[in-house]
Amino acid sequence: MSEPMTALKGASDTSGIATVTELGPRGMITLRGDLTAKPVVKAAVAAGGVTLPERGHCATEGKGGIAWMSPDELLILCDYATVSDRIADLHSKLAKHHALAVNVSDARAVFQVTGPYAREVIAKLAPVDMHPDQFNGTMFRRTRIAQVPAAFWMPDGDTVQIICFRSVAQYVFDVLNMAAQDGSEVGVF
Amino acid sequence: MLNIHCPCCGVTAEETEFHAHGEAHLKRFGPGSTDDQFESYLFMRKNPKGVHFERWRHQNGCGKWFHVARCTMTLEVFGSYSAQTYVPPQDIIDKIQHRRPDWSAEAPAP
Amino acid sequence: MSTRLATPGRLTDQSKPLNFSFNGKTMRGYAGDTLASALLANDQMLVGRSFKYHRPRGIVASGPEEPNALVNLGEEGRFEPNQRVTTTELFEGLTAASQNHWPTLEFDVGAINKHLSRFLPAGFYYKMFMYPRAFWKHVYEPVIRHSAGLGKAPKARDEDTYEHFYSFCDVLVVGGGVAGLQAALTAARAGARVILFEQSDHWGGRAPVDGGIINGGPVDQYVEETLAALKSMDNVEMRLRIMGAGVYDHGYALGYERLSDHTPGAAGPRHRLWRVRAAQIITATGAIERPLSFAGNDIPGVMLASAVRDYVVNYGVSIGDRTVVVTNNDNAYLTAIALKHAGLDVPVILDARVLPEDRGLVEQAKALGIRVMMGHAISSVKGGKRVTGVNICAQAGEGAVLEEIACDAVAMSGGWSPVVHLWSHCGGKLRWDTTHACFSPDVDNPPKGADGMGFVTPAGAASGMFALDDVLHDAHAAAEGVVTCLDMKLPKGVSAPVAERREESPMAAVWMMPQGASAKLREKSWLDYQNDVKVSDVRLAAQEGFVSVEHAKRYTTLGMATDQGKLSNINGLATLAGAMDKDIPSVGTTTFRPPYHPISLASIAGEAKDHVFQPIRRTPLQDWHDANGAEYEPVGHWRRPYAFKRGSETTHDAVMREVTNTREKLGLLDASTLGKLIVKGPDAGKFLDMMYTNMMSTLKPGKCRYGLMCNENGFLIDDGVVARIDEDTWLCHTTTGGAETIHAHMEEWLQTEWWDWQVYVANVTEQYAQVAVVGPNARKALEKLGGMDVSKEALGFMEWVDGTLGGFNVRIYRISFSGELSYEIAVDASHGRAFWDALMAVGADLGAMPYGTECLHILRAEKGFIMIGDETDGTVIPQDLGLGWAISKKKEDYLGKRAQERSHMTDPNRWKLVGLETVDGSTLPDGAYAVAEGTNENGQRNTQGRVTSTYHSPTLGKGIAMGLIHNGPDRMGEVVTFPGTDGKDYKAKIVNPVFYDADGEKQNV
Repeated sequence: MSEPMTALKGASDTSGIATVTELGPRGMITLRGDLTAKPVVKAAVAAGGVTLPERGHCATEGKGGIAWMSPDELLILCDYATVSDRIADLHSKLAKHHALAVNVSDARAVFQVTGPYAREVIAKLAPVDMHPDQFNGTMFRRTRIAQVPAAFWMPDGDTVQIICFRSVAQYVFDVLNMAAQDGSEVGVF
Repeated sequence: MLNIHCPCCGVTAEETEFHAHGEAHLKRFGPGSTDDQFESYLFMRKNPKGVHFERWRHQNGCGKWFHVARCTMTLEVFGSYSAQTYVPPQDIIDKIQHRRPDWSAEAPAP
Repeated sequence: MSTRLATPGRLTDQSKPLNFSFNGKTMRGYAGDTLASALLANDQMLVGRSFKYHRPRGIVASGPEEPNALVNLGEEGRFEPNQRVTTTELFEGLTAASQNHWPTLEFDVGAINKHLSRFLPAGFYYKMFMYPRAFWKHVYEPVIRHSAGLGKAPKARDEDTYEHFYSFCDVLVVGGGVAGLQAALTAARAGARVILFEQSDHWGGRAPVDGGIINGGPVDQYVEETLAALKSMDNVEMRLRIMGAGVYDHGYALGYERLSDHTPGAAGPRHRLWRVRAAQIITATGAIERPLSFAGNDIPGVMLASAVRDYVVNYGVSIGDRTVVVTNNDNAYLTAIALKHAGLDVPVILDARVLPEDRGLVEQAKALGIRVMMGHAISSVKGGKRVTGVNICAQAGEGAVLEEIACDAVAMSGGWSPVVHLWSHCGGKLRWDTTHACFSPDVDNPPKGADGMGFVTPAGAASGMFALDDVLHDAHAAAEGVVTCLDMKLPKGVSAPVAERREESPMAAVWMMPQGASAKLREKSWLDYQNDVKVSDVRLAAQEGFVSVEHAKRYTTLGMATDQGKLSNINGLATLAGAMDKDIPSVGTTTFRPPYHPISLASIAGEAKDHVFQPIRRTPLQDWHDANGAEYEPVGHWRRPYAFKRGSETTHDAVMREVTNTREKLGLLDASTLGKLIVKGPDAGKFLDMMYTNMMSTLKPGKCRYGLMCNENGFLIDDGVVARIDEDTWLCHTTTGGAETIHAHMEEWLQTEWWDWQVYVANVTEQYAQVAVVGPNARKALEKLGGMDVSKEALGFMEWVDGTLGGFNVRIYRISFSGELSYEIAVDASHGRAFWDALMAVGADLGAMPYGTECLHILRAEKGFIMIGDETDGTVIPQDLGLGWAISKKKEDYLGKRAQERSHMTDPNRWKLVGLETVDGSTLPDGAYAVAEGTNENGQRNTQGRVTSTYHSPTLGKGIAMGLIHNGPDRMGEVVTFPGTDGKDYKAKIVNPVFYDADGEKQNV
């Protein structure tokens, strides 16, 4: 097998009011199932290495984590190299349950926006209230970034991590950099 | 631009996160139905000036379908509720009747 | 002449001179000037020409209501026409040029129109250009095109960038005058999250100019203290240079922030469009002074009284040495007093009213020695490009001149109109205020939000309050009301500031000056300065029956200029009402639509320009395509290689080469864009049987089946190969365009109809790079990569298998869309490029070449395979396409089954798929229709079919096509005629649509 190659090979731009960097490759598994069923939760927790987040939240620890995607869907985060093992594990644990676990690591791109203006960069592109009183902690938001679907969360107060589809990685990188262009501070948060 | 609440993921967001899909609570007619039944199911849509029940999808969000009860005249929203129901829930009916005393729910199809 | 006074203005900084140019002439102003005040300081009163008569036009106002002073601003990539000088801040190096004249501002040929004005009344264009018909194209239109339009269109690309900003708050306050500041402060004190927008570059609005005492101190002091209080609060966001452009449903509002219009070239975006979602909105948008309608009221030097005052007080600019003030209210006396204090001459105040006693400002003006003529009016203004004097008459009469007074400026005031635009945008109703002769917000009928309750509250002058004390109280009360709606409370002891009250006499509604002005005077009394609409035009419109205000507006063009009638609307309505003998409220107003003041189109587009105008989707192999001569075609948001050009070959040559090479050797196609949906669950088979016309539940694991999807209306919407992965898992391929829509289609049925079925769907389209390895050498290439058995025995046609090829984990589908031996290989996207490179390397000796979508189309057409979007158009059912074999007869139901039973769908006379071969081997034109005998009821030629796909086939050396023909399959061998748009008739024979390898031997090896 070759070395896995992300969509933008880890591109980064530090010229603006926030630094925009492509992360990854990151292991990602879509798990669909009854999130109130104990075996599903147990299998998810084992795969993500964290406790089950509440609706609208995520839990992350190192490369692992779980994001709440919808009432019957979780996104499990893990080391890229361990995805197939984790999927096999999920399959065996959930063999007797109605659930679906698929690898989506390669279908996604992950970006990080860092700096004191990271919130503003997102607020220029997503119809989301980025005020620290409104978006904080482990909140995980699925929305759009400019014209494409995306999801993001804030590992800390100055950092936003964004997941989008791989095919629009260049677009998302470009609009993030446009929103982070030099001299574009709004100064509200 | 409307502000919509998604009952599936709990997010309230502007319309650009959502997509409207027309009238809610349609009853499907398949093979074996009469031409009239099929025509009515496929083409005949209510277009009320006032209270309306619609299907929406949280397209740039959790991806789920849900229903919204709103007034097509004033754009007042009475509430959002699950798409997995044949009739609007009672609390939504109550809210509408509170706001629109003249309105009465038609007997919905089973 | 207009000039700079020795006394500095409130807003200008004499220590910071700035150079600028107007029509190539270098001028000088100061920091803090607007372009308007700087032009006036340089005695440039004449700034443009009107739209229709090319009359000389001077500056009339001091704010966004200015109708006349529009200029071409900037150069090259920062050139923009129709910029208002009153809202343009002066900066070093600014260049402006006047517009709508030829050859020069001073001498304009178009001004001949004014002598023709008798022949250019309201509705002239509608009446004149109707006949003779032929004149429109050759005479009228070219002439009108030459003379129409105000500014020039920019020629260079816009150098700047723009952005949006999503913002949320409890209370949005629009307007940073004293009402807005007070409302913001009161709301903020209750704990609300407040955003405050002010359109200009300074706070306080016009109250500091008009003066007064608040809480015992001057207005400026109040403004400073309030600003300091607001700035100290974390819950307040205050912005200058941002205009509340529009109010929309559910508390949505747009703010137009001009970041670098005054510092062009500065880093960052030029404009930022704030997309605000506010729980409550307070419109503290102030009021606009109205002109008076008297003859010659458009001559440069006639200005709104408030503007004259603003230029003197704010910018230290006098608009004339001798200014006649003409008014119907007390407020204009402030102008006379301000001018007198600045040492300028006010020969007379003409007051249309007859007041019983001198009070307040009237008394003050008289005490300063100003002559006041009560009950008097202007009969006409004298002058051409500049006011030279006024003829005075009695307001009550018909305009007989009593006295002539020399002056070089006229300050007029017809009263004030609240700025109700934002209140009205989303449905707020208006009421007529008889005392102030204006429309003001009807607070009992506000715009209603998502909860059905009002979400906009007017404050201060915008709600019809004009006395300073009333303004402040109203603003405080508005904010208190708003926070109460938000379940917040004011801390105890917070109350409105108190302002000293001035003694005031009531204004008088004066819509025509003098009251009985003759027809001759009315023809020189302007209502709309920019569009040249006069009192006489509106009266004519009424006379001709345009009695609805919306009709009269369009007929006369009153209020249709770029200022949208900010000055002219009420005067126009009143004139219309007068002509119809009705009262103003019963005539009503035209609709107020956003934006309040023009905003740049680029700000609406935001970041969406140039390379990020729309998202372009890229496959994991796109970098390779970019580097290897790919010519792209859009497929949804993807750009798929149409062909890979080599050297100097044409696109057509490249396509022909790719087809031949794939048929004879080895072709590689990037098929990554095809949709891939995983469908899993105990009910997945049952579900797919509903989704597809075929039976999918009987497919064996390890096998593939081509499937068709119809919508509930019976029409074919998508197709693709379905692979059964295991007992309860299927993988469905969709078309490139169908990945998202078919995913949504499946979810829709699962969530809204069959929610008790146990099925999960996941879209894994982008997880894989997928490569079609096609041609006689395909197996050899895979064997060279090695790692798994890809022989016919191990992997038969329409089977799939997981394995390792050349060290890559792959899933291989043995399916063919070309008729050749073909493998579609999926590999994780992150390894896609490496896999492609490996394939190209092993394929080098086998004649491997990439091919594009046009080659793909020809390969499939040669085989008679349909393409969604070519053979289908939303009106075609599978039965039309000879695909009856893919429709299960055993199933009781599938989406579209009931629809396909309708009489029109089962009609034997439908157009059906056939192959078409031209008689002479040429290629049929795409989309051409086959004609039949006779004509239809509209006299059009009858048709009997159309071309759906047409190509030159290099394999067969001739043109081949597919088409839908009436009863086609029963008419093999018949020749039908397709008239082309080139005038030629194309004759084609109806044949079997499978042109190549009809028995399918090649794909099955």
